[in-house]
Amino acid sequence: MCLGIPGQIVEITDKTRKLGLVDVSGVKREVNLACIVNEEHPVADCVGDWVLVHVGFAMSRIDEAEAAETLKILEQLGEVQDELAAMRASAEALGKAS
Amino acid sequence: MKYVDEFRDPEKAKFLLREIDKIVAAIASERDRPISIMEVCGGHTHSIFKYGIETILPDAIELIHGPGCPVCVLPMGRVDDCVALAEMPNMIFTTFGDAMRVPGSRKSLMQARAEGADVRMVYSPLDALELARQNPEKEVVFFGLGFETTMPSTALTILQGEADGISNFSLFCNHITIIPTIKAILDSPDLQLDGFLGPGHVSMVIGTDPYRFISEHYKRPLVVAGFEPLDVLHSVWMVLKQIAEGRAEIENQYNRIVPDDGNNVALESVSKVFQLREFFEWRGLGSIDHSGVRVRDAYAAYDAEKKFSVPAIKIADPKSCQCGEVLKGVIKPWDCKVFGRACKPETPLGALMVSSEGACAAYYQYGDIEKIHETTDAA
Amino acid sequence: MTNLETAENGTTRRRRRDRINVPTVTLAHGGGGKAMRDLIDDVFVSAFDNPSLAPLEDQARFYLADLAGHGDRLAFTTDSYVVSPLFFPGGDIGKLAVCGTINDLAVGGAVPLYLSCGAIIEEGVEVDTLRKIARSMADAANDAGVQIVTGDTKVVDRGACDKLFLNTTGVGVIRTGIDLAASNVESGDVFLVNGVLGDHGAAILNARGDMALSTPIESDCAALHDLIHSLLDACSSVRFVRDATRGGLATVLNEVAEASEVGIQIQEDKTPIRDEVKGFCEILGLDPLYLANEGKLVCAVAEEDADKALAAMNAHKHGRGSVAIGRAVAERPGRVVMETVFGGRRIVDMLVGEQLPRIC
Repeated sequence: MCLGIPGQIVEITDKTRKLGLVDVSGVKREVNLACIVNEEHPVADCVGDWVLVHVGFAMSRIDEAEAAETLKILEQLGEVQDELAAMRASAEALGKAS
Repeated sequence: MKYVDEFRDPEKAKFLLREIDKIVAAIASERDRPISIMEVCGGHTHSIFKYGIETILPDAIELIHGPGCPVCVLPMGRVDDCVALAEMPNMIFTTFGDAMRVPGSRKSLMQARAEGADVRMVYSPLDALELARQNPEKEVVFFGLGFETTMPSTALTILQGEADGISNFSLFCNHITIIPTIKAILDSPDLQLDGFLGPGHVSMVIGTDPYRFISEHYKRPLVVAGFEPLDVLHSVWMVLKQIAEGRAEIENQYNRIVPDDGNNVALESVSKVFQLREFFEWRGLGSIDHSGVRVRDAYAAYDAEKKFSVPAIKIADPKSCQCGEVLKGVIKPWDCKVFGRACKPETPLGALMVSSEGACAAYYQYGDIEKIHETTDAA
Repeated sequence: MTNLETAENGTTRRRRRDRINVPTVTLAHGGGGKAMRDLIDDVFVSAFDNPSLAPLEDQARFYLADLAGHGDRLAFTTDSYVVSPLFFPGGDIGKLAVCGTINDLAVGGAVPLYLSCGAIIEEGVEVDTLRKIARSMADAANDAGVQIVTGDTKVVDRGACDKLFLNTTGVGVIRTGIDLAASNVESGDVFLVNGVLGDHGAAILNARGDMALSTPIESDCAALHDLIHSLLDACSSVRFVRDATRGGLATVLNEVAEASEVGIQIQEDKTPIRDEVKGFCEILGLDPLYLANEGKLVCAVAEEDADKALAAMNAHKHGRGSVAIGRAVAERPGRVVMETVFGGRRIVDMLVGEQLPRIC
């Protein structure tokens, strides 16, 4: 259900109708921007926004900080695992040495 | 592709799988059955099969592929109504590609097109509105289906049509809502579910609050999940952690897309144009109260059900089908009597064989999971 | 008064008529009379000009001795082309009809020599459109060193066909000692492709315009016989060659897995697909493995020859970007399994019908 794909808004095509051109890996499509604009973020400010596109509508502005945060959590998982593995290895080494 | 490729990184998957293994090792021994996690959304089902996620998860985790494929759960009678609309004279019937092959009691939209009906696939309801603009002498009906994710797009299209004074466009509304359906599943007596992956794109519209009852009343964890394979694994891990720690909470893994309070513009457009139906019929699950929406009277001119007369005959699901039990995770697709025999992707009997996102079709097409396990283990 | 004249080389050829001066084809052009002859002369004969076609008999004639010089078996194939739109980025129906049939000959190891051209034309098509397509066929044939030696033209009522359907039949000769077949693959063999996949399918879907997308993707339409012969010259263990047309890579691999009774394992991260095609597929919910190609081949070679085969392919203009995508295995005969970028595995099955854009 609900195929959605990230794309970047590259051009506003119709300010009144809130339409803009979104680029997904070099493929462009006109989409409706109504769901991602408000008084603080008017249509004119949308160029450059990364959005989630579903059936020709930009449905959500992608939060770059949250995306980075999610990836960081996973990276830290790896770091913790590596540390644990290193500690285990050195403990073994110490065990052998003694 | 930004925001896509980094969430398909197999290195990070390894970290997650190690953590998942650890938790499973800790909690599986206290249990006499696998840990069952339902992904509600067909998009997740698709990712799980596309990336072979079941082949890398420990055997003690069972993913139950839920009801979130709007094409699968569309009852035959509604498809018949589509065909009837499409076959009306002077009609251009527009639909997402998904619905083309869904069988009605007599034929699918694909067959109707072959027999001369003007059925066109569109990418967006806006494209259907554009067809209406370009063909003022014709009637254009758009087949609106999908959950809350898709509702704002059709609502906004109707509002645009009204603003532009387009009178030859209307919507055959089959939008369904996810919350009553999850509730219906949770209320079924034979249920054995330990947690949920919440539908990411539905949630970007409705937010995370509507799921509260799942944690508060039913004491099950739900993690709103993204659709890339790392998102799915990450969310599975978050659900497992809750189970291990004895928590039942609503968490949001997909917060780069899903704001906790949803999307206001989208919700406003939906409540302006649509109202809840008393009940809606689901293929495989039967009638569920308040599980669908209709076009409000104020927009009756854009409601194909009011503008044209459709047969609206209820067609019972084939008796031999056990879709409902599969949907609820009570049995696996291959336990169904007709799976792979009378019911195949070429000739689907049941809801779940209809679309490639249906659990049965996915197993039939990508499946043989156990055998893949064997090969992997042997290698 | 005869309409034949003697050409410089002594063969008899019919005198050409002038360009016809009506803008569109009508049923009169299919009536078998003067109008039809004029259309055929103007559009096809003038473009395809060659000694075998020139006499305009009801059949083209060849000396068996000429054919025998190329090898020891005749290859014979036919294909019909109904693509819509007629013109698309990277080609048109004419180029497709020539390259497609050449490829069908070449994947059997044949040297393609002669083609026929059958055209079914819907009344109302512009004559200029036909001229352009015939020109494109002639250019593609010249580039490939094949001749279009016989043809047929029919004009049908409006609605009885979609503007123009073409059929091309091809004759070629298979080189002595070559035996390529989908059933030849053995466990351990390596599968190769000659570049990025899915361009043609994406270009055509996009050119139809229904999805209102704009992309720079062009069809990969190309004649591959020269590439295939370079490969066969360099590598003696080529098991089979197929062009991955309708149904794409996935369909070819399934056919081979079944015919050779082997399992096939491919790796997603080794399977080349350009970014635009990936984006196109993500938007429409399509799987690029099933998108059609018109200039891409799949082949299998013995493991020890894989590097040699790749080097030969990469040295050819239609093979730059050739890579190994997977191998044949003994496990799970008849099945194609893909190791995903994510380390999981999934079965790559045949499609039930055509692939449709989806939103869910």
